[in-house]
Amino acid sequence: MTVIETVPADSEDTRGSSLPRYLALKAGGSLISLALVVVLGFFMFRIMPGDPAINMTRGRQVSPGEVERLRKEMGLDQPLLVQFWRFVRDLFTGDLGTSYVYRRPVTELIGDYVGPTLLLTGTAALISVALGLWLGQKAAWRRGSWFDKIHTGVALVFWSVPTFWLGLLLLLIFGGGLGWFPTGGMSTAASTDTGVAHVLDVAHHLVLPVTTMVAVIYAQYLMVMRASVLEEMSADYLTTARAKGLREDLVRTRHAVPNALLPTVTLIFLTLGLLIAGTVTVETVFSWPGLGYLTYKGLSAPDFPLVQGTFVVFSAAVIIMNFIADLLYRVLDPRLKAS
Amino acid sequence: MTTSGSAAIRARRRARFKEVVREIASHPSALIGAGLLLLIIVLALLAPLLMPMDRLDVTKVTARGNESPSGGHWLGTDPSGRDVLGLLLWGSRASLLVGFSATAMAMIIGTTLGMAAGHFTGIVRAVVLRIIDFFLVVPSLVLAIVLSAVLSRGLSTIIIAIGVTCWAHTARVVRAQTLTIETRPYIERSRALGAGDRHIIGKHVFPSVLPLVMANTTLVVGQAIILESTLAFLGLGDPTTFSWGSMLKTALDTGAATAGYWWFVLAPGIAIVIVVLCFTLVGRALEAILNPTLRAR
Repeated sequence: MTVIETVPADSEDTRGSSLPRYLALKAGGSLISLALVVVLGFFMFRIMPGDPAINMTRGRQVSPGEVERLRKEMGLDQPLLVQFWRFVRDLFTGDLGTSYVYRRPVTELIGDYVGPTLLLTGTAALISVALGLWLGQKAAWRRGSWFDKIHTGVALVFWSVPTFWLGLLLLLIFGGGLGWFPTGGMSTAASTDTGVAHVLDVAHHLVLPVTTMVAVIYAQYLMVMRASVLEEMSADYLTTARAKGLREDLVRTRHAVPNALLPTVTLIFLTLGLLIAGTVTVETVFSWPGLGYLTYKGLSAPDFPLVQGTFVVFSAAVIIMNFIADLLYRVLDPRLKAS
Repeated sequence: MTTSGSAAIRARRRARFKEVVREIASHPSALIGAGLLLLIIVLALLAPLLMPMDRLDVTKVTARGNESPSGGHWLGTDPSGRDVLGLLLWGSRASLLVGFSATAMAMIIGTTLGMAAGHFTGIVRAVVLRIIDFFLVVPSLVLAIVLSAVLSRGLSTIIIAIGVTCWAHTARVVRAQTLTIETRPYIERSRALGAGDRHIIGKHVFPSVLPLVMANTTLVVGQAIILESTLAFLGLGDPTTFSWGSMLKTALDTGAATAGYWWFVLAPGIAIVIVVLCFTLVGRALEAILNPTLRAR
């Protein structure tokens, strides 16, 4: 859905710098971004028109006394900077406030819901990486062929499809229409299955959401892998490999592909974070009990402490993945290390 | 001297423009995309004539809910009996309006900050770069969700939420182009003649980044339309206007997908895909023409 760069966001010119300096720069940048997320996470929920205590209880019947108690509890009677300080202090102790709907600490809720999200995104990432890279290198190798045209065309179409609609479509065809797969949730309600039967049940529920995510993301890998292999194809070492008498298949798999993989490895980590953030729509469509669904619940309540908490978690996940991508980009490519 | 100089520049720009037009013509998919877009924009403008608003009034409709497509209702009806084709027509107005306005906002922010990051040095550059990096990294969907959740509901909120979150990529492209331009000798000459920041940016940098911004605009409009429909789908849209995203939200809420009301799920989605695909085709063609490094590939 979003445009993703092959090369991590790189504003400062770090090409010539040594590895420790590069690490320090990147780590510093990520820390500043994390700090900005915290600042935004706090102040965005304070720019809401009106009183946060009233906003947070919007749509619920509360007495004025209750609002007053809430204001005290939230520390709203304190100056803004004191409030911010408390927010940051609580954050470091893992306290993200209390959800209004669930009446439980947000951290605890996030802990409960993070598992399904990791299962969903992990599976989707593995499948789409394998599929995208394999199709990408094949498409590049046969550039201009029907295989190439069809697959880059399909990738372009998927790029234009809203994730949630694709989910609805799959739900319509395979859930409602053919009835092959369950239409929502993570396991059959009231089922007492354990062991293998439970795993199979979850896997059955996993098929449609994972397919949706794979369809949306694999195109990115395909396009980047294709471009990357195309760039390697004119390299001299491939001529050498051919001159040695290697079969075309071996030239591709042993020589061209490993080098072309370098830029895609960083891309994978860049997209992992986005994949996690993208669960908001997929999990909503399939009522998959993960962080995205939790966010949706928080939005429709509205339950602002919950939304605030998931915002911080999603953004932090993306920033950390980006940092890892930066590291790998530098560590994996010996040419960058040498310069 | 100056007049003949600027006339020469104008002639060169005109020649370059003709060249671009010729090259666009050599991309048939871009032409098809542009043609379709024009048609869709005309239909969106004509919506009040083609489908008067009161025919979509829930209290006045005569059709039953969730009717499948027929001669009377080409694309069937929604759960409250409104004509899906009519909703689609009216929905195109919101989608296009948000798409264009949010993109305009993103382009203004992106171009300004991108040129600033490329032109200035020292603390200004450091701060602007930091901001760009932050917005490149933070997922725009998540940020847009939070923004539209905390601001009051309405189309302008959606426009702001998308505009504020989708400019970083543009800023990055613009900055790279600014850096390239500023190494040219004529900038140095201009500086030696006493030109200030304002002159250099306004007269030299801005005209040269403009074509890139144009190509970027078409790509961002498509993404803004997807983002708009996503926000509306999550229930963050303007409750008083029809949009393709809000139609799909109704579809989800009423279980249209599981109940097999395919017309109500397919129609808005296909509309989004067609519009976004058209913008993408045009944008990619423009980018390929205007960006020499891509053209070489």
